[in-house]
Amino acid sequence: MRAYLSDRMGAALLMAPLLLFLVLAYAWPFLGVVKWSFTLPTPGLGQYEALLTDDLVQSVFIRTLRIAAVVTVVSVAAAYAITVVWVRGTPAQRLVAEFCILVPFWISVLTRAFGWVALLSNRGLINTWLQAIGFISEPLALVRNEFGVIVGMTHFLIPFAVFPLASAMRSLDDRVLLAARGLGSSRMRTFWSVFVPMTRSGIIGAALIVFVFSLGFFVTPAILGGGRSVMVAELIYLRIFQSPDWGLGAAISVVLVLFVGALMALLFRYVRPKQLI
Amino acid sequence: MPTYRPGPVSLIIAAFVALFLLMPLLAVIPVSLTPSRMLAMPSGELSLRHYRALIEDPRWIDSILLSIRIGIVSSAFSTVLALCFSLGVWMFQPRFTAALVGFVLLPMVVPPVVSAITLYFLLTSISGFSSLFGYDTWLGVAMAHSVMTVPFATVLMLVSLSQLDRRIDLAARGLGASVWERATRIIMPNIKFGIVTAALLSFVLSWEEIGVTLFITSVNAITLPRLMWMGLRDNIDPAIAALSVILIIITVLVLALRSFVVRLRGVR
Repeated sequence: MRAYLSDRMGAALLMAPLLLFLVLAYAWPFLGVVKWSFTLPTPGLGQYEALLTDDLVQSVFIRTLRIAAVVTVVSVAAAYAITVVWVRGTPAQRLVAEFCILVPFWISVLTRAFGWVALLSNRGLINTWLQAIGFISEPLALVRNEFGVIVGMTHFLIPFAVFPLASAMRSLDDRVLLAARGLGSSRMRTFWSVFVPMTRSGIIGAALIVFVFSLGFFVTPAILGGGRSVMVAELIYLRIFQSPDWGLGAAISVVLVLFVGALMALLFRYVRPKQLI
Repeated sequence: MPTYRPGPVSLIIAAFVALFLLMPLLAVIPVSLTPSRMLAMPSGELSLRHYRALIEDPRWIDSILLSIRIGIVSSAFSTVLALCFSLGVWMFQPRFTAALVGFVLLPMVVPPVVSAITLYFLLTSISGFSSLFGYDTWLGVAMAHSVMTVPFATVLMLVSLSQLDRRIDLAARGLGASVWERATRIIMPNIKFGIVTAALLSFVLSWEEIGVTLFITSVNAITLPRLMWMGLRDNIDPAIAALSVILIIITVLVLALRSFVVRLRGVR
């Protein structure tokens, strides 16, 4: 009995500091933000009403969902292609693939967004070269629009999609593929009807990670969208710092959390968490 | 060893993806060498003036030093908290473990912009009665970074603990070791690698943190990413290209060193 008690004491003492820290520095202020959404500028549900009726807010939500959907499809497909080589290539191919995945992964989001500005802007690499060879006379608008945002976000999120895909491909039994080939299936057919379906859990996991990340993305859209294609996260920032309307910013945040939470709950009903990692 | 290699079609598509991933990193190199004051491709002559600006302009040095200071403090804080928590979970396996771990991981799962507005609320509230920890102070930023990095540190600790053999702890316990002795002399030496990795990852995450930092700083606590952000938003400053090249080179060197060390260990 004494040992049992001291065990519980020990656990409590070791776990308390972090739990206390996060309750005070995260859970409590989050409740404060929720309170803002109901009390600023006047108490009531006014801000949530505004969310449903305000045209600007609506258009930002729709744009965010559209961009997130496009980015999810493109990044997962691109990640799939490079992951196949990273997991199943020859040692040399694997080394190159790993380099191309890990170097961007460890480089800060700002540097990567800046790299895209250097490539895509009016006096950037692509426009300079295309003009120099006489292919175009006016610079193409590649940045400060939705195209730039999608390119930058896809670039940022590909490495995040690679990891769940890689773990799904690693756990795949090679003998299944050999059996398919042995039964006369072509390489293409084996890939599409055996390999891809067997990595389904990895595809779902990768798509979920990319989609959830895209919904709350701030830095890349703010730099590559140039204030013209505002997404939800930037709208929250603008409501807090430019047109001080903290209540609306808080209400958008609450809706965003609820939406992401619902999305993850839905997913976990169909896929067991273990299959994702 | 996989017997099923990717075919030529896969290789070609993967090569395009690889090119796409490396392109923006390569693009900053010519920009960093431009003699122009603005963002442009160098035409003819090259110049190192933007690299010189990094050393000569005190704003860059100050923000680098501040980022290092914040990174060390927040990484130490979150590593210690995560270590204690994970030891508690592993040694005592209390009830509701899943719920408690889930709570700790929240800042990692919640969209960063929501964490940012939450921490903005926290620091502006603290500013009311403390000038040391509040909005736009370096200790406030360090605390906010700890909130954001502690889930990652905890995950790494729990993963390295899950690979530890429980029987060595049971043996120590059976021989009469106290909780403190078990933790410091039996368990911690065995997860050294995990602890160091957690501290390094926390530092790196704090060093490049921008989403939350933007919400909680204005003029005093200008970290390096915050300064880069300012240079990117207004008139694009090619000094950022020079800085980016340096950061990319450091990243490549560290990754190369790491894979070299891993390979060396694998050979033995």
